[in-house]
Amino acid sequence: MASLKALKIRINSVKSTQKITKAMKMVAAAKLRRAQEAAEAGRPYAERMAAVMASLGSQVTLSTSTPKLLAGTGKDAVHLLVVATSDKGLAGAFNTNIVRLARKAAEDLKAQGKTVKIYCIGKKGRDGLARLYKKDIIHSVEPGDLGKCNFADAQAIANDLTARFEAGEFDVAHLFFSKFESVLAQTPTQLQIIPVPVLEADAMAKTDAAVDYEPDEETLLATLLPRNLAVQLHRATLENAASEQGSKMTAMDNATRNAGDMINRLTIQYNRSRQAAITTELVEIISGAEAL
Amino acid sequence: MAALHFELVTPERLVRSEEVYMVTVPGSEGDFGALHGLAPMMTALKPDAALSVFNTEGAAPETIRVQGGFAEVSATGLTVLAEAIIS
Repeated sequence: MASLKALKIRINSVKSTQKITKAMKMVAAAKLRRAQEAAEAGRPYAERMAAVMASLGSQVTLSTSTPKLLAGTGKDAVHLLVVATSDKGLAGAFNTNIVRLARKAAEDLKAQGKTVKIYCIGKKGRDGLARLYKKDIIHSVEPGDLGKCNFADAQAIANDLTARFEAGEFDVAHLFFSKFESVLAQTPTQLQIIPVPVLEADAMAKTDAAVDYEPDEETLLATLLPRNLAVQLHRATLENAASEQGSKMTAMDNATRNAGDMINRLTIQYNRSRQAAITTELVEIISGAEAL
Repeated sequence: MAALHFELVTPERLVRSEEVYMVTVPGSEGDFGALHGLAPMMTALKPDAALSVFNTEGAAPETIRVQGGFAEVSATGLTVLAEAIIS
């Protein structure tokens, strides 16, 4: 049986843990609102951009001069997994879920005989994947606080990816991030970013008239494609920022509740031992008095 | 006369999504007025461009200044992807 003093120390330690988790929950809740607004406001642009890219891609006739970001390298051998996570933990299963999805994709691709390379955005994703695929990680960046990432950061990563793609380091790129559905639900999502996914010709309302491009489609595509990549990356960061805070809030709420339960249990144990000590003391006094 | 579905989006937010009569778009190769049923096209905008939105035929235009971007006319309407709005 733990001594009374040890129990008291334990209770106080759990109490201060509870204070910390409660504060973290409140910070996450405040940050969540901002991140959520940013994520939801950024969605229409990314979705329109993807739609424009997809319709553009399906209208353009592929030729040797078509930009590779759209047409692909013509091979399907080397796959790059861009895994976007956060730098900090204590956010429940947020990072784990993304890593798990990426790992599953990596296993599937390897089973098909493809070469897998991994590009990590975020420390947690790198750590989670390094255990299994240390050799495959070609680069990793640490974005810092996801809530403070802006479009320029996404642009820089997009430029780096484009340069690597043009150097022939990979043929297909997939982006992994967590889509923010609500505070309680964040879905890890996989998205193909290079080459740009093209809609099936009959899946969309096709008009007979050919689309006019001004300036010519080559010039237009050359500026649109890297831009699209940056937009999709930026969107992933925004979604991740909101998901991280949502997940953190839930995790910290649970932790606070668990700490409360633990304090109750320990208090009961503390009171029991205190009563036991008093009883022992009484018995000693009474039996001492009787002996006289 | 059917209305034109006009959407204006920036990376930060969806600025406009409404039915209008006509929008004049300053494309990099020349200005054009987008009405309902225009043939599909895709154009870059002038670096510093001003869109004029006509809510109804003959109404006074509302001017929105945007910085860089693209305009796409498709069967669903006109979508302007701008980098920023200059207020």
